[in-house]
Amino acid sequence: MNDSDPRTTTPLLEVSDLKTYFRTERGTVKAVDGVSFSLQRGQSLGIVGESGSGKTVLSRSIMGLLGRTNLIREGSIKFNGQELMGLSVKEMRSIWGQEMSMIFQDPMTSLNPVMKIGRQIAEPLMLHLGMNKSEARLTAEKLLTDVRIPEPQRRLNQYPHELSGGMRQRVMIAIALACGPTLLFADEPTTALDVTVQAEILHLINEQRVDRNMSLILVTHNIGVVAGNTDVIAVMYGGKIVEKAPTKTLFSSYKMPYTEALMRSIPKLRQASHTRLATIPGRPPDMVNPPLGCNFAPRCAYARPKCLVEEPGLTVTENPEHVYACFYPVGSPEYHERKLELSQRSDLLSTGGQN
Amino acid sequence: MSEETIIVSDSPDAEINAAIQKKIGWGFWLAISWVILITLLAILAPYLHLKDPRGYFIDIDGNGRPPYGPSFEHWFGTDKDARDIFARTLHGARISLIVGFSAISFGFLVGGTLGIIAGYFRGWLDKIISFTFIVLLSFPSLVLAIMLTALLNRSLFTISMILGILSIAPVGRLARASTLQFSDREFVLAARQIGASDSRIILRELLPNVVIPMSALALLGMAVAIVAEGGLAFLGLSVSQGITWGSLIQIGSDSATTLENAPWIAFFPILLLFLTVLSLNFAGDRLRSHLDVKESSL
Amino acid sequence: MAGTGKAHLRNSPDVLLSVNDLVVEFPVARTGLKVNAVSGISFDVIKGETLGIVGESGCGKSTTGRAIMQLPAPTSGSIDFNGQELTTLSKDEMRDARTKIQMIFQDPISSLNPRRKVRDIVLEPLLVWKRGTQEERDILVNRILEDVGIDPQRAAESYPHQFSGGQCQRISIARSLVLDPQMIICDEPVSALDVSVQAQVINLLENLKAKYGLTLIFIAHDLAVVKSISDRVLVMYLGKMCELASSDDLYARPSHPYTNILVDSIPEPDPEVIYAPTAVMGEPPSPINPPAGCRFNPRCPNVQDRCRVEEPEMREIAPAHFVACHNPLTY
Ligand SMILES: Nc1ncnc2c1ncn2[C@@H]1O[C@H](COP(=O)(O)OP(=O)(O)O)[C@@H](O)[C@H]1O
Ligand SMILES: Nc1ncnc2c1ncn2[C@@H]1O[C@H](COP(=O)(O)OP(=O)(O)O)[C@@H](O)[C@H]1O
Ligand code: SF4
Ligand code: SF4
Ligand SMILES: [Mg+2]
Ligand SMILES: [Mg+2]
Repeated sequence: MNDSDPRTTTPLLEVSDLKTYFRTERGTVKAVDGVSFSLQRGQSLGIVGESGSGKTVLSRSIMGLLGRTNLIREGSIKFNGQELMGLSVKEMRSIWGQEMSMIFQDPMTSLNPVMKIGRQIAEPLMLHLGMNKSEARLTAEKLLTDVRIPEPQRRLNQYPHELSGGMRQRVMIAIALACGPTLLFADEPTTALDVTVQAEILHLINEQRVDRNMSLILVTHNIGVVAGNTDVIAVMYGGKIVEKAPTKTLFSSYKMPYTEALMRSIPKLRQASHTRLATIPGRPPDMVNPPLGCNFAPRCAYARPKCLVEEPGLTVTENPEHVYACFYPVGSPEYHERKLELSQRSDLLSTGGQN
Repeated sequence: MSEETIIVSDSPDAEINAAIQKKIGWGFWLAISWVILITLLAILAPYLHLKDPRGYFIDIDGNGRPPYGPSFEHWFGTDKDARDIFARTLHGARISLIVGFSAISFGFLVGGTLGIIAGYFRGWLDKIISFTFIVLLSFPSLVLAIMLTALLNRSLFTISMILGILSIAPVGRLARASTLQFSDREFVLAARQIGASDSRIILRELLPNVVIPMSALALLGMAVAIVAEGGLAFLGLSVSQGITWGSLIQIGSDSATTLENAPWIAFFPILLLFLTVLSLNFAGDRLRSHLDVKESSL
Repeated sequence: MAGTGKAHLRNSPDVLLSVNDLVVEFPVARTGLKVNAVSGISFDVIKGETLGIVGESGCGKSTTGRAIMQLPAPTSGSIDFNGQELTTLSKDEMRDARTKIQMIFQDPISSLNPRRKVRDIVLEPLLVWKRGTQEERDILVNRILEDVGIDPQRAAESYPHQFSGGQCQRISIARSLVLDPQMIICDEPVSALDVSVQAQVINLLENLKAKYGLTLIFIAHDLAVVKSISDRVLVMYLGKMCELASSDDLYARPSHPYTNILVDSIPEPDPEVIYAPTAVMGEPPSPINPPAGCRFNPRCPNVQDRCRVEEPEMREIAPAHFVACHNPLTY
């Protein structure tokens, strides 16, 4: 980055119309189908959606971590002004680790089981930053302290299996932070962990992001996880971003029926027990043969004939940061009309009315 | 580690695996077809109007002395005694395949049963059985073979048994390992909690799962047994009566001059042996990697 | 947490399951040490009730659930189910008793035999017990598959890997229902599922409970999920009890310091709630060598000297609200 304040001028990451398809025997899987967004330095973006919505493929596609066979990847990914699309693995190598790094869901399989923790952290430091052995070791120890691992010196000499799941995820974070990346991807970093540990890990990631002025892309299926931790949230469905807004705006005035459904399906502590949870009927779309109109239409309570034939594009609200893809968004007259019908119908059902 | 590890740990999830679930491929079917063809030819050899494998076809009209090279009359040529190699090779397949098949069946029956018992019941049973496997594996197989053929006889049964005993330990260990792995899965616990008996759990829940990796090993094991028979033949220790691929090759390569002047004598049996063993190995290997993909998508 | 005691047990004729001083230890091979997985737990469940059990992983929830089924049998303690003492039953009697209690496991995929057709998996318990004629069995299995939302036709043709995780969990539930049990122990049945699928499975369990008159034990590490489905919740820590109360009460007035941390750590889908866990608690100690006194003392923000030597017992601090702590939070 240059002298002045580049933050307001060029975004750190600018993804436009990114498509990532896989050729398979069943046909072409449109895992990511035209995604655009930009991310400022220091900003954090949450990507939420059910599993299979393309979150993992999106983040790996941006990082260029997908295998090259049977892959179709189009669009543009500008990182720090540089176009990443079309770079070779060799060229990407100078970006991985130092500019972008990633934390995975399963801390057990992402660490090398036969290598000591210390070496796993120190190696990239020596490789990328040209540190010598003792410098790297010292830095590794400092990193472990940063990620709040007690007795860092002793841990350096331990193997992954000697640590608990939460500790291993902390080590993964330390490795991801080692070379001082400017953009950190966290793909379901807490899904394999206990709730109490999850809280601590999320807190840690966020704290490190602020301390290091990194940007963060946090991928999760639990909208509760991104709520207190990101500036902007993008909701993904069927390989597309269907709503994107600053976190507060999204929670207070979401527009997509899908976002609404996602929020309502989470059991909340403040609800009385046995409160009936809202569910989303059906399953996510088949990405080989996505539905014709709106991807969500087959499951959407507010769908109308138009939704089945025409695909809604992204609409901008009064708030230019808030976009959504829906013909009859939450709050529209059609939405209210349908909602009324639905509540009447459920009244009928609950009073036992039938013919 | 950073970048390298990130790529290595790029572990695709179940859904992805299900999507890329590979077809087993035509190579597998080609290999299997060859094995079936050879087996059929071997079984039907006596009815195929082949030349008598034990007959001497000395060409009285000249052409010199046998061995004769491949010709329209003798597709694979003849050996020094003017016996038809084509007929002999197909007849030889009979014993070779029988040895391979019965050896591995025996290994399967005994080793598989022991391995599943060890893996399912664990405890002292497992200790005893595992120790037996180790003893079997440590015993020098060639010495065992030489000893047993010397003590007993060189009948088809003895040879098959010897090779069968030798295959108990590898098969058994695989059966034990996969039983251990599967009996930790919760579907086994689920079966126990509905009150299913041990034998029902083994037969209904475990066996169908364990048999699959074992069938891949069976194909490989058959190949090994066929080659081993060839090895024994070279030492003059194979089936004393009858023609086997091993004995045919041994005759064809008894001296450097034979190999030089009449290479076809050894070549055709070697070719068939090679193709069959290759097919078995290839099919076993494909089957295993195919199942691995399936397995990880479960 | 370290709590023992039985002040919270009820004396009602409707008690279906009563667990007393349950202890489960696992020997550690070749060391003479043992894992104290469960160390003196007591609770009861009334017919038609749902008891939730929460706690961090490794605190002994699954071990408790499995000990009830005698898989494996507990080291000591008594388990009274419907007036029958399960720990002293013979193998055959236990086989019989198990049909009345069924269990559902966390991993929906590994709970189903990958090489058997889904419908056969659901049918299996009826075959084991030779119940009904073939026709009766078919009718029952089809009905239950429909009840859990699986198409019987598809179930007859497909293997487990052809179904999604949520559907596999439904299949497990169907299997647990065919023997018409009185109680189902659900061991983290939704922990491996997507949130939207979680809601479907929870709703399904609620429906089936009403329809089949079931009593449930619902184990999970996520308090929000447990609260949503349970009438009462037992909080466990390192093989001991912490707190037991009605689920609304537990959330409104957590009294045990550990319960409080659990409540705080649930991510609320609300950006106004700044997501800052109360305290960095570090890792739970090893169950091989648990701390003396209250087992929670090394991580407890309210710890007192007494906690390091004396183990707290369950006591009633408000009607039907029990806590095992020397220095509970007041409210
Ligand atoms: N290598 C691949 N080959 C084929 N399909 C794939 C591959 N990777 C992912 N997919 C498919 O792309 C879709 C999106 O997957 P993913 O990004 O993993 O979803 P998420 O992370 O949101 O759960 C899924 O339908 C998945 O099956
Ligand atoms: N078969 C076993 N052998 C040895 N230790 C075990 C066994 N099963 C469970 N444990 C140990 O007992 C403790 C409690 O485990 P578990 O009941 O599975 O906890 P939870 O279900 O609450 O996560 C853990 O420390 C675990 O490692
Ligand atoms: S466009 Fe139609 S189907 Fe799609 S989310 Fe909006 S209302 Fe539902
Ligand atoms: S206050 Fe004492 S008894 Fe209560 S939880 Fe803390 S350490 Fe245990
Ligand atoms: Mg993912
Ligand atoms: Mg458990």
